[in-house]
Amino acid sequence: MRHPFEQAVAEHGGLVLRVCRAVLGPVDADDAWSETFLAALRAWPDLPDDADVRAWLVTIAHRKAIDVIRARQRAPVPVPTIPEPAGGQLGDGGPALPDHDLWRALAALPDRQRLCVAYHHVAGLPHPEVARIVGGTAAAARRASADGIATLRRTYLPSLERETHA
Amino acid sequence: MPDTVLDPLTVPTPDDEQHLDRLHGQLVRGAAERDLVDLTYRVVDSPIGPLLLAATPAGLVRLAFESEGRDAVLESLATLIGPRVLHDPNGIAGMAEQLGEYFAGRRRAFEVPVDLRLAHGFRLDVLGQLRQIPYGATRSYAAVAASAGRPRAVRAVGSACAHNPVPLVVPCHRVVRSDGTPGGYLGGPEAKAFLLRLESTAA
Repeated sequence: MRHPFEQAVAEHGGLVLRVCRAVLGPVDADDAWSETFLAALRAWPDLPDDADVRAWLVTIAHRKAIDVIRARQRAPVPVPTIPEPAGGQLGDGGPALPDHDLWRALAALPDRQRLCVAYHHVAGLPHPEVARIVGGTAAAARRASADGIATLRRTYLPSLERETHA
Repeated sequence: MPDTVLDPLTVPTPDDEQHLDRLHGQLVRGAAERDLVDLTYRVVDSPIGPLLLAATPAGLVRLAFESEGRDAVLESLATLIGPRVLHDPNGIAGMAEQLGEYFAGRRRAFEVPVDLRLAHGFRLDVLGQLRQIPYGATRSYAAVAASAGRPRAVRAVGSACAHNPVPLVVPCHRVVRSDGTPGGYLGGPEAKAFLLRLESTAA
């Protein structure tokens, strides 16, 4: 790619952060974002000029996210994916994030469904592109994404309504 | 098509912007530590308009005026030097500070590492001659051509000035026509007149 890398960060930095948050939750998302853009910067000169930069970045973010998910599975003491909110803050004084319940609901999805939801609905990639990233067929990716959304409607929206009517 | 159940995750919030600024700062530092950066750049305000500063790890490689078009300059630098280009709003700090002092009339020369890799041959020789012209003084294009050892190459001196990658730092604004009129300037004739006036007042 001959264009300045900064364009990729400016155009897609926010989207990659939202994808990392959807896949990993807000705490691990920052590290995944940093790892993604460092790896992307390293590979940038070799990327063809006509490449789809957004799909390329999401693919790198996916690899980084899988590393984190595997490390969690290896961890001797299971760490809760989503820490309890403390006074609207998460982690060590990070910014207030929009909706803890949604992350909890996402974290409870099977990995594959959560990945397909993140890459299709949050990243906006078409199902065939999602299938290329997570493996399997486009139809399977579409189904995993639809199943994930259906579960979220069941598990997340009721808690939202409880809050609204409280 | 975004699903409304995910709206809180797909709609950017004002907090995200600050958060991304922090992550971006970490990226710039991490990239520098790993030698992954071809160029960083920032923009500083000045009395002659915003100035784009771009630096390689070796030093300041380009100073561009707003009229040159920020994106066009960055695109050309990415092609000429390398595409690993990052915005570093607090970088190139010494240069930014010295520019402030220069425009306040408190600095006569810039003491920053300069990377002249964008200039070659006779043009590079001319830049070397320009650096010898003292603050507040001017030389004619013909005089610079003579001092560069090619007295007939007056037009080539003009061309070297027009392609000076680091104006102000290499003071091409101090080269004027033999009849005393300022002549052209990449930053525009008003900018050249402003700089000559600034230096004659402060000198």
